[in-house]
Amino acid sequence: MNVNQHTPMASPYGQPQPGYGQPGYPPLDGGYPAPYAPYNGPASAYQPGVPPQGPARGPPTSAPPPVSAPQQYNQYSHSLGDVQNGPPPMTQAPPRPAGSQPYNQGAANLTGAHPSYPQHYGPPPTMEQVTNQMTRMQVTSGPPTPAGPGYAPPQSSQPPISTSYQAAPQPSYTQAPPPVSSTPTQPPSSGGPAAPQQYFAGPPPPSQQQFASSLPPTSQQQFTSSVPPPPSQQTFPPSSFSGPIPPPSRAPAPPASQSQQPFPTPQPPFSSAPPPVNQSGFAAGPPAQSSFPPQPPPPSSQPGSFPPPGPPPTSAPSGQYPTPMPHQQQPPTTQPSPYHPGPPPLRAQMPPTSNHLPPGPQGPSCPPGPLGPLQQPPSPQTGYPPQQNGAFGQVRSPQPGYAGPYPGQPNYGAPAPAPAPAQKRLDPDSIPSPIQVIEDDKVKTTEPFTTGVRGQAPPLVTTNFQVKDQGNASPRFIRCTAYNMPCTSDMAKQSQVPLAAVIKPLATLPPDETPPYLVDHGESGPIRCNRCKAYMCPYMQFIEGGRRFQCSFCNCVTEVPPHYFQHLDHTGKRVDCYERPELSLGTYEFLATVDYCKNNKPPQPPAFIFLIDVSYNAVKSGMVSIVCHELKSLLDHLPRENPEMDSVVRVGFVTYNKVLHFYNVKASLAQPQMLVVSDVSDMFVPLLDGFLVNVNESRQVIESLLDQIPEMFADTRETETVFGPVIQAGLEALKAADCAGKLFVFHTSLPIAEAPGKLKNREDKKLIGTDKEKSLFQPQGGFYNNLAKDCVAQGCCVDLFLFPNQYVDVATLGVVPVSTGGSIYKYTYFQAQTDQERFLNDLRRDVQKPVGFDAVMRVRTSTGIRATDFFGSFYMSNTTDVELAGLDCDKAVTVEFKHDDKLSEETGALMQCAVLYTSCSGQRRLRIHNMAVNCCSQLADLYRNCETDTIINYFAKYAFRGVLNSHTKAVRDTLVNQCAQILACYRKNCASPSSAGQLILPECMKLLPVYLNCVLKSDVLMPGADVSLDDRAYLRQLISCMDVAETHVFFYPRLLPLVKLDSSSLPMAVRDSEERLSKGGVYLMETGLHLFLWVGASVQQELLLNIFGTQSFSQIDSSMTSLPVLNNPFSQRLREIIDSFRAQRSRYMKLMVVKQEDRTELIFKHFLVEDKSASGGASYVDFLCHMHKEIRQLLS
Amino acid sequence: MSTYQEFIQQNEDRDGVRFSWNLWPSSRLEATRLVVPVSCLLTPLKERPNLPPVQYEPVVCSRANCKAVLNPLCQVDFRAKIWACNFCFQRNPFPPSYAGISEMNQPAELMPQFSTIEYIVQRGPSAPLIFLYVVDTCLEEEDLQALKESLQMSLSLLPPNALVGLITFGRMVQVHELSCEGIAKSYVFRGTKDLSSKQIQEMLGLTKPAVSGQQGRPVAPQDAAAASCKFLQPVHRVDMNLTDLLGELQKDPWPVPQGKRPLRSTGVALSVAVGLLEGTFPNTGARVMLFIGGPPTQGPGMVVGDELKTPIRSWHDIQKDNARHLKKATKYYEALANRSAANGHSVDIYACALDQTGLLEMKCLSNITGGHIVMGDSFNTSLFKQTFQRVFSKDYNGDFRMAFGGVLEIKTSRELKVCGAIGPCVSLHSKGACVSENEMGIGGTSQWKVCGLNPSTTLGIYFEVVNQHNAPIPQGGRGAVQFITQYQHSNTQRRIRVTTIARNWADAQSQIQHIESSFDQEAAAVLMARLGVFRAESEEGPDVLRWLDRQLIRLCQKFGQFNKDDPTSFKLSESLSLYPQFMFHLRRSPFLQVFNNSPDESSYYRHHFVRQDLTQSLIMVQPILYSYSFYGPPEPVLLDSSSILPDRILLMDTFFQLVIYHGETIAQWRKAGYQEMAEYENFKQLLQAPLDDAQEILQTRFPMPRYIDTEHGGSQARFLLSKVNPSQTHNNLYAWGQETGAPILTDDVSLQVFMDHLKKLAVSSST
Repeated sequence: MNVNQHTPMASPYGQPQPGYGQPGYPPLDGGYPAPYAPYNGPASAYQPGVPPQGPARGPPTSAPPPVSAPQQYNQYSHSLGDVQNGPPPMTQAPPRPAGSQPYNQGAANLTGAHPSYPQHYGPPPTMEQVTNQMTRMQVTSGPPTPAGPGYAPPQSSQPPISTSYQAAPQPSYTQAPPPVSSTPTQPPSSGGPAAPQQYFAGPPPPSQQQFASSLPPTSQQQFTSSVPPPPSQQTFPPSSFSGPIPPPSRAPAPPASQSQQPFPTPQPPFSSAPPPVNQSGFAAGPPAQSSFPPQPPPPSSQPGSFPPPGPPPTSAPSGQYPTPMPHQQQPPTTQPSPYHPGPPPLRAQMPPTSNHLPPGPQGPSCPPGPLGPLQQPPSPQTGYPPQQNGAFGQVRSPQPGYAGPYPGQPNYGAPAPAPAPAQKRLDPDSIPSPIQVIEDDKVKTTEPFTTGVRGQAPPLVTTNFQVKDQGNASPRFIRCTAYNMPCTSDMAKQSQVPLAAVIKPLATLPPDETPPYLVDHGESGPIRCNRCKAYMCPYMQFIEGGRRFQCSFCNCVTEVPPHYFQHLDHTGKRVDCYERPELSLGTYEFLATVDYCKNNKPPQPPAFIFLIDVSYNAVKSGMVSIVCHELKSLLDHLPRENPEMDSVVRVGFVTYNKVLHFYNVKASLAQPQMLVVSDVSDMFVPLLDGFLVNVNESRQVIESLLDQIPEMFADTRETETVFGPVIQAGLEALKAADCAGKLFVFHTSLPIAEAPGKLKNREDKKLIGTDKEKSLFQPQGGFYNNLAKDCVAQGCCVDLFLFPNQYVDVATLGVVPVSTGGSIYKYTYFQAQTDQERFLNDLRRDVQKPVGFDAVMRVRTSTGIRATDFFGSFYMSNTTDVELAGLDCDKAVTVEFKHDDKLSEETGALMQCAVLYTSCSGQRRLRIHNMAVNCCSQLADLYRNCETDTIINYFAKYAFRGVLNSHTKAVRDTLVNQCAQILACYRKNCASPSSAGQLILPECMKLLPVYLNCVLKSDVLMPGADVSLDDRAYLRQLISCMDVAETHVFFYPRLLPLVKLDSSSLPMAVRDSEERLSKGGVYLMETGLHLFLWVGASVQQELLLNIFGTQSFSQIDSSMTSLPVLNNPFSQRLREIIDSFRAQRSRYMKLMVVKQEDRTELIFKHFLVEDKSASGGASYVDFLCHMHKEIRQLLS
Repeated sequence: MSTYQEFIQQNEDRDGVRFSWNLWPSSRLEATRLVVPVSCLLTPLKERPNLPPVQYEPVVCSRANCKAVLNPLCQVDFRAKIWACNFCFQRNPFPPSYAGISEMNQPAELMPQFSTIEYIVQRGPSAPLIFLYVVDTCLEEEDLQALKESLQMSLSLLPPNALVGLITFGRMVQVHELSCEGIAKSYVFRGTKDLSSKQIQEMLGLTKPAVSGQQGRPVAPQDAAAASCKFLQPVHRVDMNLTDLLGELQKDPWPVPQGKRPLRSTGVALSVAVGLLEGTFPNTGARVMLFIGGPPTQGPGMVVGDELKTPIRSWHDIQKDNARHLKKATKYYEALANRSAANGHSVDIYACALDQTGLLEMKCLSNITGGHIVMGDSFNTSLFKQTFQRVFSKDYNGDFRMAFGGVLEIKTSRELKVCGAIGPCVSLHSKGACVSENEMGIGGTSQWKVCGLNPSTTLGIYFEVVNQHNAPIPQGGRGAVQFITQYQHSNTQRRIRVTTIARNWADAQSQIQHIESSFDQEAAAVLMARLGVFRAESEEGPDVLRWLDRQLIRLCQKFGQFNKDDPTSFKLSESLSLYPQFMFHLRRSPFLQVFNNSPDESSYYRHHFVRQDLTQSLIMVQPILYSYSFYGPPEPVLLDSSSILPDRILLMDTFFQLVIYHGETIAQWRKAGYQEMAEYENFKQLLQAPLDDAQEILQTRFPMPRYIDTEHGGSQARFLLSKVNPSQTHNNLYAWGQETGAPILTDDVSLQVFMDHLKKLAVSSST
């Protein structure tokens, strides 16, 4: 299968690719192969692989060509201008061959590079699933112990260490990879550079981190910290590095490195250093890569992934590492060292090959299970493996190995053992580490992700990578929970793996990726299937010489309109295939005709209406004057399609308290006019002409207005507000103007004034935990639901900015924004001084971001499955059409699929998401995203190709919607159950038989428990005492439209140790646990909504000086929201990092400085999601045990 | 006879009262036989330059249900300092302040020449005048511009302390806040929603709880009025503001699709205006001045839909009961009018449009509240501009010729009762001993509210003699009537004008001659006409005509001298001689004839007819025709087609129109330009003479008449031809010879035919 798939894919795509990608690639050619390989690798891995591998390896060298192909592609796609040129494809043709090669290469690479890869792809990893007896261990702690115990100790102790380790290692790790992977990926574009930078940071940090980490952990740690850390780190890193890991991955990398060199730009530092490193690493491995060592840390998971490389490394490393080691020894013992051994050697020699091989055999299916042991060995080798599921089981065993690396960090070694056993506690380091998985993926992802291969899982959301559209939608648009869907509903039911896709239709692409092409099929509109109305796409099969096409969704045959006719080539493809985006790309847009417009009239340009609360609270908090002041400049940045032109978006202004004030800002007026509408019970728009105006024409009047609004209401005493009428007003205005648009509502308080939509205060914490709790999430009355319906019908999107000082009933106020595709922003206790920045940035972004209006989204699927459920910010009036009054680039919709028939492995499952919308210039368009995934009849295939982050996204949305109708506890139980079933099913059907006490997790789902636990512990499902109802409702609504990247960081915040900041890479994150914090360190945490800077109580003075410019801990002003601008590289870099984090997220994150032991630390600790939460949420370790218990119950 | 005419004239000059009969029949039975009821035209505020008001309060009868004011008819015991009420015969002591009176030292109110006297009362705070402009913005640019200028100009005519307010409307209704600096604010109401007064006040932030009005300015409870100041401001303070505001006034910004009328929310606008005043200045004189350029097309009070293809109702539709909105709209405006009247606010309507504007439905607003109605073709005409200017005309004292919040109370001696009043007033439902059960006009009360008054406002008051036939009135007994009018003078003083008149009783059987000679046929004609018009509002046209005819015939039978069944023997005495002629013209007048008039026009004419004084009313009934020729000075001539001669210039004044008609020859001369030649100076003068006279009339008339300059054969000549008695028509043209006038192409009966029939019927023994 795989093979077949690939080939076809490759060939067709390959050609086009050349055209598209070339620009970017050229440089790569040389070096790229490596990157390329990795990807293919996975595929190859699956395939029995071996054979492919063989060739693959050969090809590696040849690989470049393939690379070139992709490059061409890029060119093609390149917005630069070549974009649509058909010709390129032709030229590219040659590349294709490469395509095939790439394959092989890929394989080869995989083997080599892959350590990381395998993980993703599963086969290897899965196989490796760690068979830890963990559960038992945990539970009984005793029995399994033999192996475990030994490990355990280290682990326990390690945790702290590991944190430090991880941090350290990863960075280093990353660095290492960067050269390899990063370069490749980066070359294509800017994307690369960023990545590298982060990596860079790595190396140095590691050492520091270790230090830090050692401290925080515990007394033991202290112990360790004082002495061990330094040494261990040093030693370790190198050792771990040395090894195995780098080599394997790098082996392939080397080529990459070469390529990198060309690209050096992005990673200047890297290029120079890394290449050598890698190579050296390979060759000499251990020594050279002192920098790499960090990698090893990941050990826990690594075992699995690395296995191949591992073994050799293990041996090698171990040798090298000796220091670390006590553990190592153990691991080997317990671990299937035997296996490893094999691989290791290979690796040593041919890392790539070796890798392949191992996976190969294992890969296909269950091998993982058995491999587990193997993995372990590998784990020891390199830090990498950790990623692999193996983590659990292996952990222990591997740990030993790991230990080596990790423990390596001597520090632990000593202290750890003792404590761990004593506690009888599962070693956090032995369980799958999200950080490790993330880092491994980064390493593995060394080249652009091409979407041509069906059923190929993309890199994780945490990884920077470039995407080349070769026929399927980019993962930036669509991410699936499973890239290999079960063929039958029975299988689906058995596995319980949710089949869902997270679609972000208007996602913004990085500048180096081409935005979707606009296709105009003329007056007759887009070509569509006669029966199912699917739009022309690459899956359509042209037959009868091109006179007809067969829809691959419903199999109906449709005539090709004469003007669209084109001859077919000998392969049955249209000759113009690569000239037409709709025939060769996964994502493109059609220009819609009037038939697609409301009332068959071309739409009017949209309008933005700003509705500002001017009641006492709003004025006093400064909100009014801030908004007015900001709008003056912001209005120049309304969204537009052509940056050269003025925006056609019209604007209108309304202020309100108990009554509404409309403003006439007609250009011909000398002064704006205020029109007060007090008839809030029956809202209407008092004027049309003059209310919605073009900014440029009415600039003076508008400025005068914005100047005067704050003055006018400066001494208002009105405290009551209305809300329903405010939205009605905007809606009516849009209706009157007959256009779609967006309302920006700036609101402060519970609307208690007499008017429709009046709310009463129902905040009653006593209801929490009772059956009535769900009512708190439900809106009061049906008024807002109806209003939302009206808004959607008109294409009126509502964005709500809340500035509450008390309960405002977000659950109710949010109904309209949530149903209309809008956003809610909440600034509790807004204070101009501290919150202004955050608010303004949010506002700016919200106003400026690309947005479509009056959208309807429809997901069509091939026969056999059906989109059955949708989650997000929208409204549905029937079961198939998702209606969005507004759809911006940050909104994602999660779609769940169910079987209604059988799928076939041959054709796979297709889905086409069509979004009809009005662009911000008033053009009606259709955006089409096509996605094809594989189908499997073996459960193992399913488990090999899942994406946990997406699953979590689905689960979170599912659960957060569930709380509307069910008790939160029931919702939590459902989640746990389903998760347990998923894992149990795997254990039962895919994992090799082993002791029931062993917890075996599929490689690609090994983080499911930890993430799920985060979901369960979220404020929505398990609120702490200090979490207001509004906050819960707010979060609940917020999640509903988040994409995978956002949910990921939201549930598992990114925690970066700030030790030494490299100019180009980020320090490697540490796990979200207090144990990983060092008292002497400073940490930066990002949750997507918050940004914390945690300062340890005994922080080094140098850090203080660098960051805060103060001498002592006590002088830090914890109320600051931005760091002082200091002229030192550390400060600059830190601020850069913060800025870059903020730029990544759709909402601006306010910086909160948290001093250890300070009151505010509680808030911070809340986000240390691996720990027990104050509200009763289980720690990761506990939850994992619990999960294991559940699984065992299911199995028995 | 002449004595009676003098008496009548003297009485009118002094008291502003003209009775139909100046001798009253002493019994009910006889009174009814007189056909024309005992009734009078009262001009409560007739200008009396020689009547300085007295600065004290009137002395009233102490009987609770009498409260008549001390007057010259009262018997006074100067020694006992007691006076006897001449209505209820209650004996009342004089108040202490009258301690010094004696026969030689009588207070003014006791002197016979002060049968009408005016008191200035120092009661309550004096409130400023209030003018609330309600302006339609669905106008053509040109009209709107003209209107804006007129309004701006009017600001300069207002007393500086007068309060002004501005409401504009189109599709929406905007109440403009005048006190603000910077951004111009206005409160907007949807034009389709009927709001209660309370809601309106709440929405305007006028109610107490809404303490923090728009700006959140603290509004202390005691100055709720201060809150209203947002909308009603002294002219001197907001002069500039308002001028600018008016200047920036835009045409209603809502697009009007093809084939549609603009949406005009006149109903809601008025409702808001009334509600605003109601909430802020109840019982204070205020004028709502409504300017409209078309019919209300939406919301409550809508008169016609916005589809142009459905024309506005015509009389034809109304007769066929085809006017969908008529009843509802009328009811709506009546309710508004009553609310407004209850608070003493009057509503003016200035309607300028080529088509109808819904005056039929809205007329009650002005009729009930004493407001003006002015109808024109465009705001950009001198007719409107000057008329509007004249609203603010001042009297010899420099005070506005307007008064507000008048309450008219009537006291009668026992033999008389009040049946009702017809005029711009509304009943106060004050039942008393002197209220008759027999209603004529607005009856059932002895008190009426007249919200807007001016010196020419005239009411017709109808009485009933209730004395029974068998209870003769003592010889020399006199019946007395007292009119007490309390009002707010335009200088904001509260005043009370008291007019007490008395007439002798006469026994109709023995003194029928005297009674006949006391007949005031002019007053009677107008009073009967008012009754007819009043009936016409609620009855079918033909019924009213029949009723009028019957009354006329009965009158002729009663007072004519004739031999039975001999029409030629029929004669009427001089005191009745003109009466049939008045009736003839009344029958043809637009007040009773709706043919050729739109419902709006009819309403407009009737509106003015029931409020103008006797002279003007007579002109309306029977237009005046002057003839100018070389043969002598201008002379009034018969309103007859025979007066239309080629060598004459005619000037006809119908009150509503002023027509100058050049006879055929004159017209030819004029066309030939003789007037330009020095030797024909006299011709030039002849041409000029009627123009000068017309100017004179134009100067004084309110509202400005339509000025028409036409000539023989001109299309506008129809205004003249439709009025004159069609003594010569195409039917009898040849019977009358050539040179005597112009034939009128009509089938209407001429006066001669009318009179012949009248005689025939009067002498007929069968009736």
